[in-house]
Amino acid sequence: MTVMTLSKALNAGLRAAMEADARVLLMGEDIATLGGVFRVTDGLAKDFGEGRVIDTPLSEAGIVGTAIGLALRGYRPVCEIQFDGFVYPAYDQIVTQLAKMHYRSAGRVQLPVVIRIPFGGGIGAVEHHSESPEAYFAHTPGLKVVSCADASDAYVMIQQAIASDDPVIFFEPKRRYWDKAEVDQTQDLLDAAVTPLHAARIVRVGRDVTVVAYGPMVKTCLAAALSAADCNQELEVIDLRSLSPLDFEPVLSSVRKTGRLVVVHEAPRTVGLGAEICARVSEECFYHLEAPPLRVTGFDTPYPPARLEEHYLPDVERILTSVDIVMSHR
Amino acid sequence: MADSESFVQLLTPSGHYRQHNEYAVDFTPQQYRDIYRDLVIVRRLDAEATALQRQGELGLWASLLGQEAAQVGSGRALQPQDVAFPSYREHGVAWCRGLDPIAPLRLFRGVDHGAWDPADTNFHLYTIVIGSQTLHATGYAMGVTKDGQVGSEDGAAVITYFGDGATSQGDLNEALIWASGFAAPVVFFCQNNQYAISAPSTRQSRIPLYLRAAGFGLPGIQVDGNDVLACYSVTQAALRRARLGEGPTFIEAYTYRMAAHTTSDDASRYRPSSEVELWQQRDPIARYRAYLEREQLADAEFFADTDSQAQQLALKLRAQTLALPDPPPRAIFDQVYAEPSAQLAEQQEKFAAYLDSFADNDGEAATAGSQGLGGSTS
Ligand SMILES: Cc1ncc(C[n+]2csc(CCOP(=O)(O)OP(=O)(O)O)c2C)c(N)n1
Repeated sequence: MTVMTLSKALNAGLRAAMEADARVLLMGEDIATLGGVFRVTDGLAKDFGEGRVIDTPLSEAGIVGTAIGLALRGYRPVCEIQFDGFVYPAYDQIVTQLAKMHYRSAGRVQLPVVIRIPFGGGIGAVEHHSESPEAYFAHTPGLKVVSCADASDAYVMIQQAIASDDPVIFFEPKRRYWDKAEVDQTQDLLDAAVTPLHAARIVRVGRDVTVVAYGPMVKTCLAAALSAADCNQELEVIDLRSLSPLDFEPVLSSVRKTGRLVVVHEAPRTVGLGAEICARVSEECFYHLEAPPLRVTGFDTPYPPARLEEHYLPDVERILTSVDIVMSHR
Repeated sequence: MADSESFVQLLTPSGHYRQHNEYAVDFTPQQYRDIYRDLVIVRRLDAEATALQRQGELGLWASLLGQEAAQVGSGRALQPQDVAFPSYREHGVAWCRGLDPIAPLRLFRGVDHGAWDPADTNFHLYTIVIGSQTLHATGYAMGVTKDGQVGSEDGAAVITYFGDGATSQGDLNEALIWASGFAAPVVFFCQNNQYAISAPSTRQSRIPLYLRAAGFGLPGIQVDGNDVLACYSVTQAALRRARLGEGPTFIEAYTYRMAAHTTSDDASRYRPSSEVELWQQRDPIARYRAYLEREQLADAEFFADTDSQAQQLALKLRAQTLALPDPPPRAIFDQVYAEPSAQLAEQQEKFAAYLDSFADNDGEAATAGSQGLGGSTS
């Protein structure tokens, strides 16, 4: 076990994937010489060469479009989009081509492309640097969408994503890049004990309320669970990890136990992931529910200026407010 | 990819005037001095903003250091009726347009996203997404033509600013196609400061950028971006072409970003300090001052006056920045739409009730009505 930051864990995971498979290559703006604006790819160009860690022109459509071509040629490109708000020039390539090639070719063409996107707010950034666009991608059949929440998962999940034969949109919680955790670099990823890429995980067991989150909000929910415990409320926190496909089973069985659900994400509320989870829980667990499922989310506004973001982002207080509401139903 | 043969240069790095057979300036002594004042002021305000960021008063700052001549030269060539579409580094153009210098600092402090009225100074909002604004400028210019405002010396023209990195974006390439095809009265002003964050401009293009214009069917011209007189003259001619209805021009101002990309960037990771030192010898302000002195267009008193005026403005900018209030939390919901949205209004009300619940309970956690914040599904 080594203690490392989430950013370093991704770096280690990318390194392991590149060592394991010579067809893995990284491409993105400022990722080689600079090591990425968050230093996720730091040192990799030096060790693997600029042929495998490619500083691209400033063109996201180009990054994803050529990654598709490289994948057609047998490579496994891992693209970095510098910030969430800059993925849109590539959106056409992602939605119309990357997502659909397998289907269009009746399964003859596979596109094992990973698109890494630092996402979410909380770092005091200017416009377009704090967004949570995951629902656009989760709403696109043909794409797999995941998000890691801590260093240990980051190390494993990035390798699993690269090994996947489907395109994976890999959301990295940028405000957690500097958070440290223990990472086991000796584990065999094929070991049955390793959580699969598309499985949710219970990160804290509790009997009273099921709290579902992913990415940066997992840490916030765990903090909320700690405070709730002081008031004798036991929250069960589930890290979804995979946003498409969604692993509903752990959520459903948890809600059958607790009878109460709160879903938390930074993205705007309407038509977000929370809506899907609440809908599914209502369909499957209606008779187990003690209270209407609630969502704690960003608002239906553009991401606000940095000086307002603390009010926009769900925090412990807001989560506990909703916990109190679902608990008040007897 | 430029040298004094390929680009238009009127002032050498040592401040000597060079005759050019096509370009010249026709300034009164006062105009020469005004330009100098602009250069010094925009550099001083930029340094103040950088200092404010270092002291934690701004979240970020994108410095224009080294690009003053490109921005003041082109910015002062604009007529009041002309409209500029900037990226995020055009603080010098903003100054020339008459935008209050505090406006960009509000954005970089994080109290708003820009929020100035573009119509007040004919200076559009900063655009952070690389290349987007070039299409807006093109469409706006098409509108200028539709409104019959081209075809004479007092017609209107549009100018858009972007960097060398932006030339790789689809949006800019499409803008060139549209502007050319519709003979839009727009000037594409590329500040080739030689880096897109860490990527050298050779990563974007193997040929000088101005040569690309020909393939799109518009004239391309390269100018010494550290020569304020050349930038003025070349931009003025391109704007005139646009005004007269002769169509778009692509200008590559060859310059150098003397500071890091932004205050978050560490330029030592990708360029040697010897390169920066080399460019310091081509400093746009030093050369212009040398010229003014040699030609006796300004005296020591003027230079001292200018410095103290810049200093006063910097102090004012600092005071204004420190006095900027944070917006009230409920402002998050304002101005999302031009017309009211009942859905959003409901969310805003709930949020207000949530905030009020803290006021009532003196900071204690409280329950906001019967529905969770962000709403319930019931
Ligand atoms: C579409 C998009 N992709 C990525 C970025 C991140 N980014 C911000 S500035 C920049 C480099 C821009 O270089 P250039 O166009 O040369 O302008 P300069 O900053 O040098 O003035 C990048 C990659 C962005 N703002 N927009």
